[in-house]
Order: sequence, then structure tokens, then C-alpha cells
Amino acid sequence: MLKNFVPPDLFPAMPEIFLVLMACVILLVDAFLGRTQRWITAALTMVALVGCALITYQTMDGQVVLTFSNMFVDDLLADLLKLMLYLSVIVALIYSRDYLVARQLDKGEYYVLVLFATVGMMVMISASHFLTIYLGLELLSLSLYALVAIDRDSPRATEAAMKYFVLGALASGLLLYGMSMVYGATGTLEIGGVAQALHLGVANKTVLVFGLVFIVSGIAFKLGAVPFHMWVPDVYQGAPTPITLLIASAPKLAAFAIAMRMLVYGLFELAEHWQTMLMILAVLSIALGNLAAIAQTNIKRMLAYSTISHMGFMLLALMSGVVGEDKHFALNAYSSAMYYIVAYVIMSLGAFGMILLLSRAGYEAEHLDDFKGLNQRSPWFAAVMLAIMFSMAGVPFFVGFFAKFSVLLAAIDAGHIAVAVFAVMFSLIGAFYYLRVVKLMYFDAPVDNAPIQASLDMRFLLSLNGAAVALLGIFPDTLISLCTFALMRSL
Amino acid sequence: MSSLLSLAIWIPILGALVVFSAGNDKKLARWAALAVAIAGFLVTLPLYFNFDVTQAGMQFVEQRPWIPRFNIEYFLGVDGISMLFILLNSFITIIVIIAAWEVIQDKVAQYMGAFLIMSGLMNGIFSSLDAVLFYVFFEASLIPMYIIIGIWGGPSRVYAAFKFFLYTLLGSLLMLIALIWLFLQSGGSFNLLEWHQLRIDLAPQILLFLAFLVAFAVKVPMWPVHTWLPDAHVEAPTGGSVVLAAIMLKLGAYGFLRFSLPIAPDASQYLAPMMITLSLIAVIYIGFVALVQADMKKLIAYSSISHMGFVTLGFFIFNPLGVEGALVQMISHGFISAAMFLCVGVMYDRMHSRQIADYGGVVNTMPKFAGFMVLFAMANAGLPATSGFVGEFMVILGAVKYNFWIGFLAATTLILGAAYTLWMVKRVIFGAVANSHVAELTDINSREFLFLALLAFCVLAMGLYPYPFTDVMHASVDNLLKHVAVSKL
Repeated sequence: MLKNFVPPDLFPAMPEIFLVLMACVILLVDAFLGRTQRWITAALTMVALVGCALITYQTMDGQVVLTFSNMFVDDLLADLLKLMLYLSVIVALIYSRDYLVARQLDKGEYYVLVLFATVGMMVMISASHFLTIYLGLELLSLSLYALVAIDRDSPRATEAAMKYFVLGALASGLLLYGMSMVYGATGTLEIGGVAQALHLGVANKTVLVFGLVFIVSGIAFKLGAVPFHMWVPDVYQGAPTPITLLIASAPKLAAFAIAMRMLVYGLFELAEHWQTMLMILAVLSIALGNLAAIAQTNIKRMLAYSTISHMGFMLLALMSGVVGEDKHFALNAYSSAMYYIVAYVIMSLGAFGMILLLSRAGYEAEHLDDFKGLNQRSPWFAAVMLAIMFSMAGVPFFVGFFAKFSVLLAAIDAGHIAVAVFAVMFSLIGAFYYLRVVKLMYFDAPVDNAPIQASLDMRFLLSLNGAAVALLGIFPDTLISLCTFALMRSL
Repeated sequence: MSSLLSLAIWIPILGALVVFSAGNDKKLARWAALAVAIAGFLVTLPLYFNFDVTQAGMQFVEQRPWIPRFNIEYFLGVDGISMLFILLNSFITIIVIIAAWEVIQDKVAQYMGAFLIMSGLMNGIFSSLDAVLFYVFFEASLIPMYIIIGIWGGPSRVYAAFKFFLYTLLGSLLMLIALIWLFLQSGGSFNLLEWHQLRIDLAPQILLFLAFLVAFAVKVPMWPVHTWLPDAHVEAPTGGSVVLAAIMLKLGAYGFLRFSLPIAPDASQYLAPMMITLSLIAVIYIGFVALVQADMKKLIAYSSISHMGFVTLGFFIFNPLGVEGALVQMISHGFISAAMFLCVGVMYDRMHSRQIADYGGVVNTMPKFAGFMVLFAMANAGLPATSGFVGEFMVILGAVKYNFWIGFLAATTLILGAAYTLWMVKRVIFGAVANSHVAELTDINSREFLFLALLAFCVLAMGLYPYPFTDVMHASVDNLLKHVAVSKL
């Protein structure tokens, strides 16, 4: 037996291996550090992530490479999403640092858990096997459950973690059940194999569609699409803001990746079935997300509902890939979805970054009123938030506009004009609550006149984030083309 | 030479960033803003002087790829229809900045910067020949206006700012769907000039027309989607009202000429009776509404709606007199409404009231000002020898040619317009000094004299000798009407 053993090609999984090793090293090193030396942990975490980025960048060659008996894939889609992932985790870590230090939450576990969550997301992004997806998902989810509860004295955070855990476990169960159906129908869990079986028509479609329902539900839960959104507002509000920042950004990239891997790469032949399901999810998410956000007074909760509506928009693109038997819409649709998700992550990082900026020791800037009169306290950061809010509302010249534009283009191209009209009407309603934030910042007098305290690196990065929201709106082509190119080479 | 349009757009916008950096230094902010505005105006002058009046097509064209992924181009150009608006806009920006000189004391740099950004964006709207570029400028211009109304506005500024933003966004979002649909129909192009040649069936043409109608009717505004305008005008600071009335309202009307008529000519003809009816309602009904207003700004706001009704009427009677008259009316209204709002602003700065009832006998204490105010009021009422007369007369002539009764109804504006404007002037300017506040008024200073005199000059010059204005329009308007007359079915 051992004679036939061929060691897998480890090369495509280098970033993951490197990060796991680094996480272990950091775990060990941190055990010997005192509170005042915690910056070493933080610095090592940065080094690990930057190292990962370098490895991924250096090995990016546009080839589709499978390894570990076809369980793991390294393609351009994975590389790009991973680069974006590192970036968003790095940004999240820098934004969070002051907040965590002020609350003595910058424990070693925090950094290690963030790194393991990152590994989980990387595995999800590179999965080419249903079990690999599940593995990555669980690694991510378990790390996140623990992170939400990291402030163990906060009852709200504990409650949020419980809720997240119970509902998350349920969703994982659903996903796993769906996968078992797929296995039953096709006899394989390899994504390429499933696609092959479907293509040859040897699989039992009834069983597959039955399984598909569970798979879509699982994905919808991870994205936070209605009606699987219940956890989103509670977790966003309950978790410490840095953790909310983390949950609201990078995992959406990973969730997008598994949606692509399972639905598009694996179950493409069933597109007409899952597209209908996605349409229901999209319409409900856009409607409920935008309506419920209006009623919120807590900005984290408001952004949670806003996220729900953004995910609805992204699904709008994902459901527009195939019309009847015609598949030439696919590239347009999926690249729009990817562009949307990347744009969303950039905006989301900035929005939660602003909340962290306004929070300080002993004070949580969680309420919308905390943004009152920001223009008088700091015109520059008010402008950054203005850009982010208008971008989320889909007003040009900001990146959010072109994200919405490309999604609408894909949807209308696929003939979903009514859905597109519905979506823009609800984004009109959505514009109201983004405008309200701008109103609070610009039209109202400040209630809190404390000067904004933040470290220089955070100020710089947040400014850069705001500038990115504007510049990617003025010169949107690079990012759109990059997304298109990645999918063209990987589809 | 061919980057003139880009300069007209980006000098004010980039200049605004410089003005913002002035921060709390009010003096620096004012002078920097004035310098930027004047530079912005100077670069637009060659557009007029080097304009080839014999050519109907686009001039000063700039075309380069912007978003190749969707075949979106940075495509600029002007013809006889759009060129004058760029000049008007850049000119009004200077006036607005001078008018705000001492009046605005709060966040001066942001105020000036917002107006400069808006000026650049509006130039972008008037010169875009790519639909997405147009849309981007069109929607982005809402942001500075929202901020202007919200920060420097009156007591219910927040309500007015939201109403303004959401109302106009509603219109433009439907237009976005229409633009994307046209992109797919045309085989992947956002080029407006190509869209003008696109053949479309009547049913989709009507839907397209309606989608554009929502966007542009809100902006014009046409009855019954005009209700945001009085609120926005009353609450906006003087400069905001000036830009709204003088330029922003023109965007809607301009949209009809650039999108609705040439892209959906059959639908335009088909729906012309509806458009004419809506226009006449605006002219007559809103004229009556204006008559009963107690607030001067509101009165002028309604008067603007009524005058814009004339513009849309002129477009949909499809003859050169009508369309050119409407264009002249748009320019003239740009000067007159700006002047009227500035006059109200001058009085408001002294009395902090816009109620007609609080005034009376202003001529006794502010004779120079009264002279200007009466002149502009006469122009607003369409007195011959002022710019207000030329446009209205041309549209009425065109309307009579089209159908006598439509012309007849349109002509009632001469009576209504005179009634509400002159009645207001009578109550505000003439008569005995009404109260001690009026008695203490001081006449306009040299700064106020300057911007009122500049506008008075424009109003009179255009009224006495409109040829330089109409001359540049002829070729483009004729071409447009010829184009609209040919069915695209």
C-alpha cells in the first residue's frame, strides 16, 4: 500500500501551510509574553499575513492546479480572493488595535483565532471538494464563535455568540445534509466529479435538487440572506466592534467563493433551479434589509441590515448567469457578483473602521447619534464617512455605484428587468438611512466634543480606505477587469 | 484646444479641493474660490468664440476609453443646444460666490467648495455624450446640493434636503434601468450619438420615454412632481436657490432634448399631447398658485415651475420657433431667476424675513435696489426689451402655429406672470414705509451692486439683441427637429 503512496503536491497550498505554521508559532511565542509585550504578537500576525500575501502573489500564474487528490484547487479566482482576504484582515487588525488595547481585549487568543479564521477562509476559497468546503467553513465558524465571545464579561456578546453558534451549527448541519444528498446522487463529493456526473446525466436529479435546497440554505445563512438572516443583526450588534468588523468583511469573500465553487463549478447544470432560489433570497434580502435598516438607532445594527441588502444585490448577479440553455451570460454575471462583493468589503471595512475611530476607552460609539456633528469635530473623517455612505447608497462617483451598476447590467441582460426595477426602488428606500448618517454628521451640532483619538496608522489607513472608495469609483475599470479576468481564467 | 471641456469640468472640482484645504481661513477660502470660479469661466469663453455656428454636430469633442469593460467612454462634446448652458453655469458660479462673500460666515470653505464642485459636475452633465458619464454627473450633483441645503439652509432644511435628494434619486434610478436597457439593445454601447440612430419599436420607445420622463420631469420640475422644489427653494441658502433655479432645473429640460426626443422620437410625438397638457397645467395652474404665496422665495419658486412649463411646451410642439424659444427661455430664466433670488437674498440678509407682509415701501430706503428689483420683476413678467420676453414670445408664436388654442392658453402666462410678479413688487417695493424695520434698511453696497448689475446687463442685452444667443442654436435645433421628424420604427 505504502508503495503506491504519492505525496500530494504541497506547492499550491503553500500560503495555507505557512499561515498554519505561523499561527502555531504565534500561539507558542505569545504564551511567553506579558501584556506589555503583546505588540510582538500583533507584529508577528502582520508578518504572517504579509508573508502569505507575498507567497500568494509570487505563485500566482493563472493556471488551474488541483492537489490533495483534487480536494484543493489553486486558480486565479482563489488567488485574487485570497489577496483581498489578507488585505481586509490586515486592515481589520489595524483598525481594531486601539480599541482592543483600550479594553484589554488584545489577548494572544484574539490574534491566533483571527489567523485560524483566515486559514479557514483560505481553505473555503481554494476548496474543490465539498468536504474541503465544510472543513474550511467549520474552521472559520468555530474561530468566529469564540471571537464573538472574546469579551467574556459582556452578557450581550455572550448572547450573540450563543445565538451565532446555535444557528451556525444548524446551518452547517443543513449544508452537510445537502452534501450527503449530492453524494448519494452522484457518488462523489469532488466538485469536478459532481459537475461531470451531472453533465453525463447519470445522476438522479430529484435527489440532487432536494440536496440543492439545503446547500443553498447553508450558503444563504453564511451570507446572511433573508430568511436566513436572523443572526446577522444580533451578532453584529452584540459582538465587540472589531469582531463585527471582521465578520462583516472577509467572510463574505469566502462565502462568495463557496457559493461559486458549489453552485457554479459543481452544480452548474442545475442552474435553473438554484437561480430561482437565489432570486427569492435576493428579492427578500433587498426588501427586508433596506426596510428594517430605516428603523435602527444603533449603527452596527443598521449596517447589519444594510449588509443583508448588499448580499441581496450580490445574489442578484449570481442568479443571472444562465438564461434557459444559454450560458454566455455567465462570465458577466459572476464577475459582477465578485466585483460587488469586493466593493462591499472595502466599504464595510471603512464603515466599521469609522465606528472604531469614534469609540475610545470606556466609550462605545454605537449609536447613530454618536456621529452627530462629526463635520465640526473632524471634517476629514466626516468626508470619509460621507464617501462610504454615498457609496453604499450607490451614488456615483463612488465604488458602490459601479458595483450596483454592473449587477443591474447583468440582471437586465438576463432579462430580469422587473427584479432590477424592484431592486433600484428598494435602494431608493435604502438611500434614506445612508443619507440620515450624512445628515447627522453634517447638519446637526455635535453632542460629544471629545477630540478624536486614534493612532497615526489607523488614521492613515482609514483615510486611504475612504480615498479607495472614491478613487475606485472614478477609475473603476481596473477592479472590474481584474474580477472578469480572474473568472475568465478559472471558469 | 480640445481639452476645453475637461478643463471646464475639472478646474472647479479640483479647485474645490484646494478651497477645502483653506479650512478655517475665511478670507483665503473666499478669494481662492473666486479665483477658481473666474478661471472656470474663462476657459469656457473659447467654447463660444470658437464655436462653428454652421455646424450642427458636436464640437470640442474629447473621446477616450474610461471603463473599457463595459465600453463606457469619457466622451465629451457640445453642440448649439448645450454650449450656452456651460457658459451660463460657469457665469452663475461666479455670481454665487460673490453673493455669498459676507453673507456666509459659517464653514466658508465648505460652502464655496460645494458650489465649485457642483459647477464642475453640471458642466459635466451638459457636455457628456456617453450615457453613463452623463448619469454619473447627473446623480453626483445631488450630493453637493443636499449638503448645501442641509448645512446652510433655513429651519426645515433637513426635511427639504431629504425630499430633494430622494425625489430626484427616484427619477434617476429608473433612468439608469432605461440606460442599461439601451446599452443591451444597441449591442453594447453607451454612446449617445449612436443611440440617436438606434431603431426601436413603439412600445419600448414609450416605456423608455416614460422612464426618462420620470427622471427629467422631477428635475424640471413638471406638474405634478414639482412639490420638492418650493421646499428646496425656501430652505436653501440664497446661493443654493440661485443654482437650483438657474442651472439645475435646466438639466431636466436639457435631458428631454438630449435623450427623450432623439432616442424616442415616435413616442415623443405619440405622447406630445400629454406633455403639452402637463406643460399648460404648469403654466396656468402653477401661475395661480404663485399668485397666492405669502413667501417671496416660494412665489419665485412657483414662478420658476410656471416658466419651465413654457420650456417643455416649446419642446413638444416640434417646430424651430418652439424649441429655440424654449432654449432662449431657459437661458433667460437662468439670469432672471438667479437675479430674483438674489434680490430676495439681499432683503433677507437685512430683515431676516421673506414674508411679503413684512415689507412695504422698500423703495424709500433702498432706491438703487428697488430699481434692480423692478427691472428683474418686469423681466420675469416677460416685458419686451428684457430677455424674458424673447423666449416666451417665440414659444407662443410656435404654439399658435401648432394649434391656436394651445398658443392662447400659453399666452395667459403673460397676464398671470405679470400679475403675481408685479403684485409682489407692488407690495414689497412700493407704497409707504411699512414698519420701523423697513425704515432702517440700508441700500445695497458695491458688492451687491456688482452682481445685480452684471445680471441686469445680461437680462437687457439678451432682451435687446438675442441674436448672439439664437445664432449658435439654429443649426443644432434644425438638425434635432429633422431627426425627430423621421420615424425610428
